[in-house]
Amino acid sequence: MSDLDSFRSDVAAWLETNAPESLRGRGASALEGVWGGKKWVYANPDAKLWLERCVEQGYTAPTWPKEYGGGGLSAAEAKALGQEMGKLRVPPPLIGFGLTMIGPTLLQYGTEEQKLEHLPKICRGEIRWCQGYSEPGSGSDLASVQTRAVRDGDDFIINGHKVWTSYADEADWIFALVRTDPEAKKQEGITFLLIDMASPGVSIAPIKLISGSSPFCETTFDDVRVPVKNVISKINAGWTVAKALLGHERTMIADAFGGGASGTSKKRKGLSDLARDYLGGDGEVADPLLRDEVAHMEMDTRAFLLTLQRTRDAAKAGHQPGAETSFFKIHGTELNMRRSELMVRLAGPQGLGWEGDGFDEDELARTRDWLRSRGNSIEGGTSEIQLNIIAKHVLGLPD
Amino acid sequence: MQLVLTEDQELLAKTARDFVAEKSPVARMRALRDSNDATGFSKALWKEMAELGWVGIPFAEIHGGAEMGMAELAVVMEALGRTLAPEPFLSTVLLAGQTLALGGSEALQAEWTPKIVEGDAIVALASDEARSRWNLCHVETRADAEGDGYRLTGEKIQVLDGHVADLLLVSARTSGAVDDAAGVTIFAVRPDAAGVTIVRQNRIDSRNAALVRLDGVEVAAADVIGAVGEGAPILEAAAARATVGLCAEMVGSMQEAFDRTLDYMRQRKQFEVPIGSFQALKHRAAREFIAIELSRTAVMAAARAIDAADDEAAALVSLAKAQCSEAAILVANESVQMHGGIGVRRARHRLLPEARPCRRAEPRGRCLPPAALGGVPGLLMQQPRARE
Ligand SMILES: Cc1cc2nc3c(=O)[nH]c(=O)nc-3n(C[C@H](O)[C@H](O)[C@H](O)COP(=O)(O)OP(=O)(O)OC[C@H]3O[C@@H](n4cnc5c(N)ncnc54)[C@H](O)[C@@H]3O)c2cc1C
Repeated sequence: MSDLDSFRSDVAAWLETNAPESLRGRGASALEGVWGGKKWVYANPDAKLWLERCVEQGYTAPTWPKEYGGGGLSAAEAKALGQEMGKLRVPPPLIGFGLTMIGPTLLQYGTEEQKLEHLPKICRGEIRWCQGYSEPGSGSDLASVQTRAVRDGDDFIINGHKVWTSYADEADWIFALVRTDPEAKKQEGITFLLIDMASPGVSIAPIKLISGSSPFCETTFDDVRVPVKNVISKINAGWTVAKALLGHERTMIADAFGGGASGTSKKRKGLSDLARDYLGGDGEVADPLLRDEVAHMEMDTRAFLLTLQRTRDAAKAGHQPGAETSFFKIHGTELNMRRSELMVRLAGPQGLGWEGDGFDEDELARTRDWLRSRGNSIEGGTSEIQLNIIAKHVLGLPD
Repeated sequence: MQLVLTEDQELLAKTARDFVAEKSPVARMRALRDSNDATGFSKALWKEMAELGWVGIPFAEIHGGAEMGMAELAVVMEALGRTLAPEPFLSTVLLAGQTLALGGSEALQAEWTPKIVEGDAIVALASDEARSRWNLCHVETRADAEGDGYRLTGEKIQVLDGHVADLLLVSARTSGAVDDAAGVTIFAVRPDAAGVTIVRQNRIDSRNAALVRLDGVEVAAADVIGAVGEGAPILEAAAARATVGLCAEMVGSMQEAFDRTLDYMRQRKQFEVPIGSFQALKHRAAREFIAIELSRTAVMAAARAIDAADDEAAALVSLAKAQCSEAAILVANESVQMHGGIGVRRARHRLLPEARPCRRAEPRGRCLPPAALGGVPGLLMQQPRARE
C-alpha cells in the first residue's frame, strides 16, 4: 500500500468512528455550516462535537502547518480527506472568511508573531472574521478607499465608513483597507490592517438583501484605536496584500457557487429530478423545451467542473496555475445564477412563493436562493471588473 | 392597425402618468407590503381610479362602462406598472372582469358589472391549480351535478386578489379528462358560501393572492358563466386580454427601472469617471433600449389586434408575452448589476429589486392555440418582501 493509500484508509477509519451520525448524509454547502466565533450558537450539539474532533486532528485547515493549528497535510492527502468526507456526506467542520480569506493571506504575508496569534484561533473556530474593503464611494475602484488611519504613537486612529460588510454583526475581527498616506498615488497609500470589532468606536448597522436575509452591514469607525503591530506587511504596502486576498476570495466564491453546489434547499435535488417532479416524465423530462434547457445547463456545468479538475491535476503534476483560473469567479457565479433561475422556472407557479401557505420549504428556499444569486456577479469584484482583468492581464489587450 | 396613440390616448397616458407620480410612488406599495396590510392595496385609491373611468374602460356602456378597448387599458396599466401599483386591475378588470363580460349571463352582468365599474366590487378568477401550470384546461376541481345545481370540490392556487374578492369565478370540470378543453365550466361563487375556505398567499412579487379551497360548495345553475362544459374558450380569451394588460405593466416597470439606472450611470463615479462612460455598460444599456422598444411595439400591436378582433390576435398576444418577459428579465437583471451592491439591497428608494422580472411562459399548444400562453398572472416576480 502506498503512503497515500494507507493515509486514506486511516482517515476513513477515523471518520467512521468520529463523524457524528446526525451530520452524515447531509452534504456540504459553502455558506451553510459552522462559521464559529464568539457569538456562534450551535443549532446541533453534534456540530460542536464534530468541530472539536476535527480541531484535534488539524482537519479544519488540513494543509496549514501544524504549528498554526492546521493538519500539515499535503495537497494530495487533503484531497483524500475531502473525498472520504464526501463519501459520508458530512459537512466541513468549519467554514468562513478566516479559513478562506485572511488565513491564506496571513500565511503569505503575516509575521511569525501574527501567524501564531491569529491562525490557531481561526482553526479552532474561536474567532470569526469579516472583510472591510468596500466603502460608499469605493467599490469597483477599491484602491480609492477613504477610511483614514492616522498614526498616534504605537497606534493608528481610524475614522471612516465601510459598506456591504458581510456578517460584520457576527464577526469578532475585521481585516480592513485604510488610507495611511492621502498624498501618495492611490494604490500606494493603503495599509492592510486587522481590527478587533470589540474596540471602542466600531459600530454596525445591518442591511437587508433582496432575498430577505440581512447578512451585510454598514460598519463605521469613529476614532478607533488600533495597534500598529496589526498591520499586515508594511505600512502603505496594503494594496499588494489586498489583491492577494481578493484572489483567495474569488477562488472561494467560485468554489461556493460554481458547479451548482450552492443553496439552502434541504433536498438539493438535481435539475433533471426537479424538472421531472414539476413537469412529469420518467426517463426524460416531459417538456421538450425545458428538457433542452436542463441538458444545456448540465453540460455547461460539466465543462466547468472538468476545467476545475484540469487545474487541480496540473497543480498536482507540479505546474503553475494556468490562465484559465482567471475566469473561475465570473464563470462559476454566472453558472450559479443561471441554474438558480432555471430552478425557479421549472417550479412554475410554485416558484413564486415568498413565505407561508401553498409553497413547500424547498420551493421557498430555491426562490430565495435565486434572489441571493443576483449578488454573485457583484460580490468579490463585479463581473465587469473580472472581464477587464482578463482582457488586460490575460489577453494583453491595450487599456 | 395604426401603431400610434390617438390624441385621446395620449391624454389618458398623461393623466395616468401624473396620477401615478403624485399618488402612487413605489414607497406606497412597499409600505403596504412591509406592514402586511390586510387588503394589500388601497380601496380608496381604487375608488379614485374608478371615478377617473379607468376601471370601466373595457366594460359595456349599458353596465356603466366606457366600452373602450385594450389599447386604452394598456396605456393605463403601463403607467401603473411604473411604480408597481398593487390595485386589482389584473384580477377585477381583466382576468375575472373579462370572463364575466365574455360569458356572464345578462343577470350576472347586470348585478356585478356596475359595481365593478364603480370600484365597489372586487372579482377574482380562480383558475390555476397545483398541477395546472397555467394550463387553463388542466382542471382537476370537480363540479358534480346535484339537483338543479352543482357541488364544487377542489383547490385553486394563487387566485389574484382572492383574499378580498366579493365574487369568485371558479373553473371546474363537469366532464372529460383532466386536460380536456371540453368539460371545463366556469361558476360564479360567493366567497361566503358554505365550504369555501380562503387563505392568503404570500408571493415574491407582492401581488395579492390566495388559496381557495372548495369543499362541496353548492352553486346554482344560474351561476354558470357561459355554457356548461364550454368555459375553456372564455377563459382563454380573458387570459389573452389579461396577458396584454400584464405586458403593458411590464413595459412600464422596465422603462422605470431603465430610466433610474440611466440616471445612476450618469451620477455614480468610479475610477474618477461616471460608470456610464464605460463602454461595457453603455453597449448593454443600448441593447436594453432596443428590447424595451420592441416590447412596447408588441404590446401596442397585441392590444389593437384584440380590439379589432383580428385573426392575428392570438399570435400577437404570444409575441407580446415573449418579448416583454424576456426584456423584463434583461432589464431587471441589468439594473441590479449596474447598481452594484446597492442593486441587491432591499432599498427604500429604488425600484430595482422590484423590477418585476417576468419570464417567458412555456408555450402551451396542447388544448387551445398558443395565445393561451400560460403564466398570465403567473410568473410575475416583482418584489421580494421584507421581514424585519
Ligand atoms: C452579497 C454581497 C456581499 C458583499 N460582501 C462584502 C464584504 O464582506 N466586504 C466588502 O468589503 N465588500 C463586500 N461586498 C461589496 C462588493 O465587493 C462591491 O459591491 C463590489 O465590489 C462593487 O462595488 P459597488 O457596489 O460600489 O459598485 P460600483 O463599483 O459602483 O459598480 C457599479 C457598476 O459599474 C460597473 N463598473 C464599475 N467600474 C467599471 C469599469 N471599469 N468597467 C466596466 N464596468 C464598471 C460595475 O461592474 C457595476 O456593474 C459585497 C457585495 C455583495 C453584493
